[in-house]
Amino acid sequence: MKYLYLIFSSLKRKKLRTGLTILSIMVAFILFGYLTAIRQAFDAGIEVAGADRLIVRHKVSLVQLLPQSYEDKIERIDGVDNATHSTWFGGIYQESKNFFAQMPIVPEELFDMYPEFVISDEHKAAWLETRSGVLVGRGLMDRFDWKVGDRIPINATIWGKKDGGRTWEFDLVAVYDGAEKGTDTSQFFIRYDFFDETRANGQGLVGWYTVRIADPERAAEVAAAIDAEFANSAQETKAEPEGAFIQGFANQIGNIGFIIMSIMSAVFFTILLVAGNTMAYTVRERTNELAVLKAIGFTDRGVLGLVLGESLAITFVGGVLGLGHAWLLVSMGDPTDGSFPVFYLPTFDLFLGLILIVAMAFIAGIVPALQAQKLQIADALRR
Amino acid sequence: MNDSHLVKVSGVDKVFKRGSEEVHVLGGLDLEIPNGDFLALMGPSGSGKSTLLNLIGGLDRPSEGKVEVGGKRIDKLSDRKLAGWRARHVGLVFQFYNLMPVLNAQKNVELPLLLTKLSKAERKKRAALALDIVGLSHRTGHYPRQLSGGEQQRTGIARAIVTDPTLLLCDEPTGDLDRKSGDEILDLLQALNKEQGKTIIMVTHDIHAAARAKRTLHLNKGQLSTEAVD
Ligand SMILES: Nc1ncnc2c1ncn2[C@@H]1O[C@H](COP(=O)(O)OP(=O)(O)OP(=O)(O)O)[C@@H](O)[C@H]1O
Ligand SMILES: [Mg+2]
Repeated sequence: MKYLYLIFSSLKRKKLRTGLTILSIMVAFILFGYLTAIRQAFDAGIEVAGADRLIVRHKVSLVQLLPQSYEDKIERIDGVDNATHSTWFGGIYQESKNFFAQMPIVPEELFDMYPEFVISDEHKAAWLETRSGVLVGRGLMDRFDWKVGDRIPINATIWGKKDGGRTWEFDLVAVYDGAEKGTDTSQFFIRYDFFDETRANGQGLVGWYTVRIADPERAAEVAAAIDAEFANSAQETKAEPEGAFIQGFANQIGNIGFIIMSIMSAVFFTILLVAGNTMAYTVRERTNELAVLKAIGFTDRGVLGLVLGESLAITFVGGVLGLGHAWLLVSMGDPTDGSFPVFYLPTFDLFLGLILIVAMAFIAGIVPALQAQKLQIADALRR
Repeated sequence: MNDSHLVKVSGVDKVFKRGSEEVHVLGGLDLEIPNGDFLALMGPSGSGKSTLLNLIGGLDRPSEGKVEVGGKRIDKLSDRKLAGWRARHVGLVFQFYNLMPVLNAQKNVELPLLLTKLSKAERKKRAALALDIVGLSHRTGHYPRQLSGGEQQRTGIARAIVTDPTLLLCDEPTGDLDRKSGDEILDLLQALNKEQGKTIIMVTHDIHAAARAKRTLHLNKGQLSTEAVD
């Protein structure tokens, strides 16, 4: 502890250089925090995906529809607990930038399939009574400042109405909250019965099935059995774990995790050079001072510790400032104004950031620190 | 063996290697310094005065021979033990003061005390006392760049005596100072020798400075003598 003063005093030496180094490190950690939150936003669905849930879709693509009659057939397969269907509605609320997912589903089945959606009994009842009613996530409701009782017009892009109209009107009657921080509360659930009787065509066809299985260990086996059931039929299926399905969905944009990792690696590599350079100069310029410290009795190891301590002080100040700013920025909210169902900086990644700070301090400081350790007093004092 | 001999250097050789070339600086050098001595060490530039001082202060090791201080073979100590030994027994004063520019006088003087088990309050008290002894109580908060050369050197001396070492090693302590400041430093060293019984070895090029010591030795061609050789 008593050496802390010594360590922090030495940061005052070249204020501009130290300041710039701290600033670079800070920027790197802001990026780290912010990009982590973005990656987290893409991964959120995958992380909360139920291990006991499979998604069954048309073998060719997600756009191809499946018959509603598959539900009973899937439920009869050994190992399947329950199956429920969803369909992509693909409507637009006011303007296309207000994107969010709307899906016709069967209410009772939804409650059963997604225990992570928390809904009051009152709202459940209201929804079951209102055919044109919708259940929306809290996040979505807040995004558009909706309230229960609002009538929400959605312009259809896929599903026209029987009466020839393309504007569907829904009544907001129920809201759900997420049981976990990562739960997607940006969805808009339409009643399938209302949807099916109002749409102009496609009656009896649904987008995909969500299947709950009794034993997650047997997921692969059950998925294979489902695909086998519909093999050689007009609509063959592809069953896969929910996590893989969401991952595939996100990967349509590109391998986000990989892209973000690449950016961060490049940033950290650069910053490491900056910090390493600063530390190398710090030691080189102070050969004489370090020798004096040894002369008055500091051990070789003590001097090594001091240099590493300085490295840690610089990276720590920069890193913590960076993580703090990242946290602030992230808590200011989703930068895409709603495309990320969840946007936050997980505590785990904050810890990871701290570990990164320490690792960075060590890598940047170790070579100069070893040089300082090896310094021969009599030699160094002559310079 | 005389117990009152604080420093005993016997048969010391010091050879430096410069590439493939060997430089013999000290050859079979003997030196005994009694407790309470004030020795001035003179000699031409490059004769090895600093080298000898370094050996006695445990900053370097002889190529051959023994260096005993307070009855201890310091040339045999491990690097780690030697560092601890220096911290406890030696005070160093340099020509260019070698203060830490980022620490004020008080903190500079406290530096050697960081290596002790003393409490923060105790460290502060002792540093203040050392600064008082060198007559700098009014400059404790000043940084080296805010002090005159003489004041910096007095801070250097305060740092050297703060751990109350038996041995003070000064390498041209007045070499960078004007006559007046130099004299003040020499007064101080003399007082430390007389009043506090510090044993002092002072390297100097200045005959006036050497005259303040109890005795003077001249180093030439690796050997010591009481007479200057030209
Ligand atoms: N670490 C070293 N490596 C190589 N040569 C050295 C080393 N230290 C000292 N020398 C050489 O040893 C000789 C004595 O050096 P030293 O510094 O002891 O002389 P000095 O008497 O103190 O001289 P000055 O009065 O100029 O300070 C010089 O020739 C010097 O070049
Ligand atoms: Mg010298």
